Amino acid sequence: MILRISSVFVLFLLSIFSVNSIAAEVNVYSARKEALIKPILDDFSKETGIKVNLITGGADALISRIQSEGQFSPADVLISTDVGRLVRAKQLGITQVNADDFVVENVPAYLRDEDQHWTALTLRARPIMYAKDRVNPESLSTMQALTDEKWKNRICIRSSNNIYNQSMISGMIQTQGEAKTLAWAKGLVANFARTPKGGDRDQIKAVVAGECDIAIANTYYLAGMLNDEEEATRKTAQQVAVFWPDQETIGAHVNISGVSIAKHAKNLDAAKALIRFMLTDEAQVWYAETNHEYPVKEGIKWSQTLQDMGTFKAQDVSLSKVGETNAKALMLMDSAGWR
Amino acid sequence: MGLPIFVIFASFLFWDAAIWQHLSSTVLPRYISNSATLAFGVGFGATVIGTYLAWLIVNYDFYGRRLIQWLVLLPLAMPAYIIAYTYTGLLDFAGPVQTLVRDTFTLGSQDYWFPEIRSLTGAIVLMSLVLYPYVYILARTAFSEQSQKYREVSELAGVSPLKHFLKVALPLARPAIMTGAALAMMEALADFGTVEYFGVSTFTTGIYRTWFGLGDINAASQLSGFLCLFVFILIMIEKLSRRDSQNYSSRQGKSAQAKKVRGMQSAFLFLLCSLPVTFGFIVPFVQLAIWTFSFSDISSLEDYPEYAINSAMLAGIGCVVVVTMALLFSYAKRLQPSKTVSGFIQFVSLGYAMPGTVIAIGVLVPLGWLDIKLNMFTNAYFDVQPGLVLSGTIFALIFAYAIRFMSVALNNTEAGIQRIKPSMDEASKVLGDSSMQRLFRIHIPLLKASLLSAALLVFVDILKELPATLVLRPFNFNTLAVKAFELASDERLIDAALPSITIVLVGILPVILLTKTLDGIERKYA
Repeated sequence: MILRISSVFVLFLLSIFSVNSIAAEVNVYSARKEALIKPILDDFSKETGIKVNLITGGADALISRIQSEGQFSPADVLISTDVGRLVRAKQLGITQVNADDFVVENVPAYLRDEDQHWTALTLRARPIMYAKDRVNPESLSTMQALTDEKWKNRICIRSSNNIYNQSMISGMIQTQGEAKTLAWAKGLVANFARTPKGGDRDQIKAVVAGECDIAIANTYYLAGMLNDEEEATRKTAQQVAVFWPDQETIGAHVNISGVSIAKHAKNLDAAKALIRFMLTDEAQVWYAETNHEYPVKEGIKWSQTLQDMGTFKAQDVSLSKVGETNAKALMLMDSAGWR
Repeated sequence: MGLPIFVIFASFLFWDAAIWQHLSSTVLPRYISNSATLAFGVGFGATVIGTYLAWLIVNYDFYGRRLIQWLVLLPLAMPAYIIAYTYTGLLDFAGPVQTLVRDTFTLGSQDYWFPEIRSLTGAIVLMSLVLYPYVYILARTAFSEQSQKYREVSELAGVSPLKHFLKVALPLARPAIMTGAALAMMEALADFGTVEYFGVSTFTTGIYRTWFGLGDINAASQLSGFLCLFVFILIMIEKLSRRDSQNYSSRQGKSAQAKKVRGMQSAFLFLLCSLPVTFGFIVPFVQLAIWTFSFSDISSLEDYPEYAINSAMLAGIGCVVVVTMALLFSYAKRLQPSKTVSGFIQFVSLGYAMPGTVIAIGVLVPLGWLDIKLNMFTNAYFDVQPGLVLSGTIFALIFAYAIRFMSVALNNTEAGIQRIKPSMDEASKVLGDSSMQRLFRIHIPLLKASLLSAALLVFVDILKELPATLVLRPFNFNTLAVKAFELASDERLIDAALPSITIVLVGILPVILLTKTLDGIERKYA
């Protein structure tokens, strides 16, 4: 009864609204937090006059929402902070081809979907971080070497629930194969200083607290701490340095934030315009400066903090493949006893 | 109503042996033991705190009792994930407490032992501190309904107050206390934010992991189904404990009266009763306030009225809808106490222990389907497409809240309606009232206090609700909880202080009203 009355009422309201909303707009489902996307969207609106409607949320929840909304989904653009989710969205058939030369020209091939369903917007690196006063960087070399006996009780990393770890293991499955990755994960778990808890920043703090000597974390967390408002946080971060592993061979693990156009997008032109806008120099600089992520476009200047962390060779394994073995990676971590 | 829960159970039709083989040989035992420990730990903690507070406050008139009376409910306004963030900030290595310890005793970083707040034990303690009001509210009503005669008899028989409490008062109040404990336990089972942050793997984190990480929504739904069974057992235990004490309180004789205490004894009671609220509310609140004032960007304040209005609006609509439905359900059960009706009510109550995201998906699937059918229908006959009128609007949110929090409202309305003597209904029937008239003329007026306390509890719960709100909200629609979560999950705890403290402040008002309502109930029985 209540259901019927309210649905009739809402139907009525919507019929009023839908007639009036003809002006250009684009609907964005974003797994990026509002603070890290809204300013760009506002700039886009200012420049083009296209209104942007936004909801943020977990990537998987947004994907489920698009799925259940089916052909009537208002979603035009899906933004994710991890490649695994973009690949899943594509596999579920809720995205479409964005055949745009601008994207091809500006984004390196390994950071794009080969069928042009998604493209990276920014790059994130996940290197080793160590306590400056306790660890000699010469003792570090590759990720593989972290399973050595000498690191027993000295390594901090967050839970395997975390998508960054899942993608990292997934990348390793791609480069080293499953058996070798499992052996490595078991060795790493044996060297854990504590049961994984907290986020990436917590791992960095634990290194400074002396609970462990090295951590694996994304660089923008350390960069954010180095530029924190609070002096204590800045001081903490200054006691930690970045080491880029596997530079002689496969390169350090990287992940992306990226974007897709939804299959049933109604504002196709506006969606394409938005993606182009996010790949302009202006937008790329904004990400590099505000959240200390690496631009995907060549020739964009990094933030000072990122420059101080040094240049590095990135793993150039196809990110589509990394996304595809995500579930396998998770089960592998279960088997390794990685909480 | 039961549809989303049904969707979850339907997943059992698609059994994938391989994935269950993997889960049960690796992570499932840990989920079960951690979830069980957490639920029983919180149940125990909340029961101890809630019961002793209720007993002392009802029976002793000590210095500052009036102040304590309204302070003790404040932790209700403090979401568990926020208290977890603040205590972590306070007690972790770089926090002020450990820094002080190190500086005072000039210790190095590894020279001393300090309890780890981010652990299963930490989660139990913190959740008990914010969930004890569920037990307290029901226990307090139960204690204050107990006739003064019982105590007089005990005194005459030379029974000590402690023995009277253990042998007479506690058994009499047991059903109420068990109900409160069951609510706290369900709340603990459904928690995601705290356990995820503390790195404790429970059923809820397992559900997220299976669904998001393995991308297996079926296995995730099946895990949720198991969680429901867990809760079902809880509800059954609670019902059984209530069965042998089915009594309509007939208010003969005066209710228990508070005994005046003075001096040291009074100070001691005050201290004892102020402990839970100190750690469950005042300490974290002060910490949030410090963070807010020292580090927040005050210019961001201009958006807060909008968030607060959105939060309050959702909570307002939600609590009216939920309480109305709960009242109708309880009344239907009274009119027709059949197995079907009470079975249905129990089924609907299961939603309380389900994590918000699971409910959100349970809501999206049927509503999205309905929307598509609706659009096809209108398209075919009227050539219009109204769009996603159900799944893309506030309707979906309210629907999700109704499933998630029905149990809270039902507990109040059912307990209230059970206290009304059947002779009332019979009298009204004799006078020729229809069942609707009876509801409005007899039951609603008599239930006013229960309805109000149900509404306020649901209001505060919706205000704090996060995962379902996050997924189901319409475009450009922010609430305080969403804001706090976005900042905190970005590991920017200090920036999250401003929205967090706003949630707490908006939540305090209904909590104060709740205190007044409870006072009203008590006075009525006095």
